[in-house]
Amino acid sequence: MKQLGIVGQSVHRSDGLGHVTGRTTFIDDISYPHMLYISMVRSPVARGKIRSIDTSKAEAFPGVATVITAKDVPNNLYTILCLIGIGPNDEPVLAEDEVMYEGEPICAVVAESEEIAREAASLVKLDIEELEPVLDVEYALRPEAPKIKKWGTNTFTYDGKDHCQIRFGDVERGFAEADEIVTGTYQLSPIEHAPIETHVCVAKPEPDGRLTVHTNTQALYFTLDNTAIILKMPSNRIRMIGGTVGGGFGGKVDVLTEPITCIAALKTGRPVKWRWTREEETRCSSTRAAVKIEMTDGVMRDGRIVARKVRSLQDAGAYHRHSPYGAMKHMVNVVGPYTIPNVWVDVYCVYTNRQPSSAMRGFGVTEASFAVEVQMDRIAKAIGMDPWEIRLRNAYRNGDMRPFGKITEDATLIETIQAAAKLVGHELPPELAQMHSNDEGGYAAAQRATA
Amino acid sequence: MAKVRGRGIASVSYPTGMNLGGDPTQALVFCQPTGGFSVKLASTDLGQGLKTVIQQIAAETLGVPLESVVVDTGDTDSAPHCMGTFASRGTHRVGNAVIMAAQEARRALLEVAAEELEASPDDLDISDGVISVRGVPDRTLSVFDAALAAHFKYGRTISGRGIYLKPKSTVDPETGACDPDSTVAHATTVADVEVDTETGEVTVLRLASAYEVGRQINPAMVEGQIAGGAVMGMAHALMETVYPEYPALRPHAHNLSDYLLPTTMDLPEISSVVLEYPSSNGPYGVKGVGEMTANSPIPAIINAIHDAIGVWITELPVTPEKVLRALKERDAAQSAATAAD
Repeated sequence: MKQLGIVGQSVHRSDGLGHVTGRTTFIDDISYPHMLYISMVRSPVARGKIRSIDTSKAEAFPGVATVITAKDVPNNLYTILCLIGIGPNDEPVLAEDEVMYEGEPICAVVAESEEIAREAASLVKLDIEELEPVLDVEYALRPEAPKIKKWGTNTFTYDGKDHCQIRFGDVERGFAEADEIVTGTYQLSPIEHAPIETHVCVAKPEPDGRLTVHTNTQALYFTLDNTAIILKMPSNRIRMIGGTVGGGFGGKVDVLTEPITCIAALKTGRPVKWRWTREEETRCSSTRAAVKIEMTDGVMRDGRIVARKVRSLQDAGAYHRHSPYGAMKHMVNVVGPYTIPNVWVDVYCVYTNRQPSSAMRGFGVTEASFAVEVQMDRIAKAIGMDPWEIRLRNAYRNGDMRPFGKITEDATLIETIQAAAKLVGHELPPELAQMHSNDEGGYAAAQRATA
Repeated sequence: MAKVRGRGIASVSYPTGMNLGGDPTQALVFCQPTGGFSVKLASTDLGQGLKTVIQQIAAETLGVPLESVVVDTGDTDSAPHCMGTFASRGTHRVGNAVIMAAQEARRALLEVAAEELEASPDDLDISDGVISVRGVPDRTLSVFDAALAAHFKYGRTISGRGIYLKPKSTVDPETGACDPDSTVAHATTVADVEVDTETGEVTVLRLASAYEVGRQINPAMVEGQIAGGAVMGMAHALMETVYPEYPALRPHAHNLSDYLLPTTMDLPEISSVVLEYPSSNGPYGVKGVGEMTANSPIPAIINAIHDAIGVWITELPVTPEKVLRALKERDAAQSAATAAD
């Protein structure tokens, strides 16, 4: 590898001093004169039909500038990934006729202070007919489960199917040939991103009719484009400013604060700030999807994995957000970095009445890696092989065909296994210590030879 | 009742960029009259250090000192499109766009310098802010003077545009065939744990990892990602859940008082080594290390628990209650087996 100059040097972060001395300007540090504040009225139930929303008392409360409901939102139905062709639009900016999860936004009270906004929000009267929530992904797939999505199923539709899939080789033949069948079920928990900085947005109407929006989104243009679509405004009428975020981890790519804050600013003609409480961040923002993975492997006594079948259920919660995309990323990663000649994968993106799951650090892959790597130890145990050896023998080599039809190009799994062994002082037998990702010593080569 | 120790390993791969691609990022670079460079991006720095990494890449490409480059992130009025900071794509996508933009600006600068130095631009080098004619060490011009000349003598722009896009791959709906990633990074983690069979508590003693992430732009930041991710993965394995009785809605965590996060008191010994096998399409061979660092610790810890007490606990998080229940089932199964003998 060629030695370079400044690339490769551990220079100090340009913004580090500001961060650790509290001098960096984050979005909540931004204030304007005559600024208003938002408090959101949220659904108290997980699933229900909205009979009526009475905002009259809140509107009459001293210090309240306005109350925003679904009818104030020009394009109320959206889905953030419409920009890359995911659809149909399924999430209302503000709930209209139904609520799909506890904490779903219904109406925004805009007032002179956060205290006034909160107090007035408690005066909004909701009449909601509560319905049985669907919470379990296995139940959601059954015919008798209530269909919670408007298109009449509880799953995302991939090319006419209720799941996305990989079909590679002949998995049943692989199982028939195998000496051992090893199965495992893996369940991940829905977890919170827990950034230090909660969601914050400040929107300011400019004299020329434009909006200046300060936001801690992880994706400024994504947010700009979605906000413009929701507001039915040309995107160059909105200026998004951000770029410094107090922790994201995937939790700030859902465009949850900007459209409402902009509408409040446009409706009142004044700057508006909306900052989420920790409770909103925990209970109402997206989580990592709870994923259930069932994995069945056909294994030979010499350690070769000859077939892998996976059924995986992603709990998307109430709306798409990034889950249909995450399920596809999961699909190609749930086989793991091993060369297996026969693979069958079915991944379902399932809707339930809980806060939506969405992007979170490594989503799709984190869950896959958990299942695959515990499964590898189970296989090792089942055939009496060392956990280091089972991985090194099955590890993909450069040139191997991946189950999604791509040739492996930059594999270095073997090298990291060997380096980790060295790091902890675990001595590998010479044969394993000499393997490398460009060798022909893996099981893939043996399988190619017998095929 | 005892404290028993176990060791587990896990090996992972991680793809760079949005799944299937189709996620562009653009960059603009321009030179100010006295030789300072500005990089305009609509990308965001989440705390991972993107601004600094991009400053290093731009300085390397331009041949100027780090201090000569300012990276401006985050204003859609002044910077072109970026898909966003996620999918371990920042350094790879933004870095590639910045190299392309910086190369164009560098070429414009060298064309001006070539006139001043009466040489061909192809014979010029820039290093540490000084432009020199290759093989003629005493014929030099500072970037400062070249920039002044460009602005006030020749009326030339010294700027560049860059973009990186991996065209979106389609997916065969029957077979799943597709090209999902640009490059793939790898890691193996070894976890050492101690399980208290009386309380069910799992203590992670050590997380030792080997990573392969392509070329490192800033090794200290790579190490920071590895340490931070190790803690996040450990917490995912042992502590965190919004719904402790999932799929039931209750209880439902409200706040940091009932949502268990690790603190410095929970930290294990964390160590790492980093291997560098440059990728073919990343800036200077980068792969990516943003998201993957939380992944391998989770199964490594679960495997270490199995090594310690002989049970697979595969429903996260592994709380003391789950450990005690699993031990009870293990002991019941063992005594049943003994009785059957």
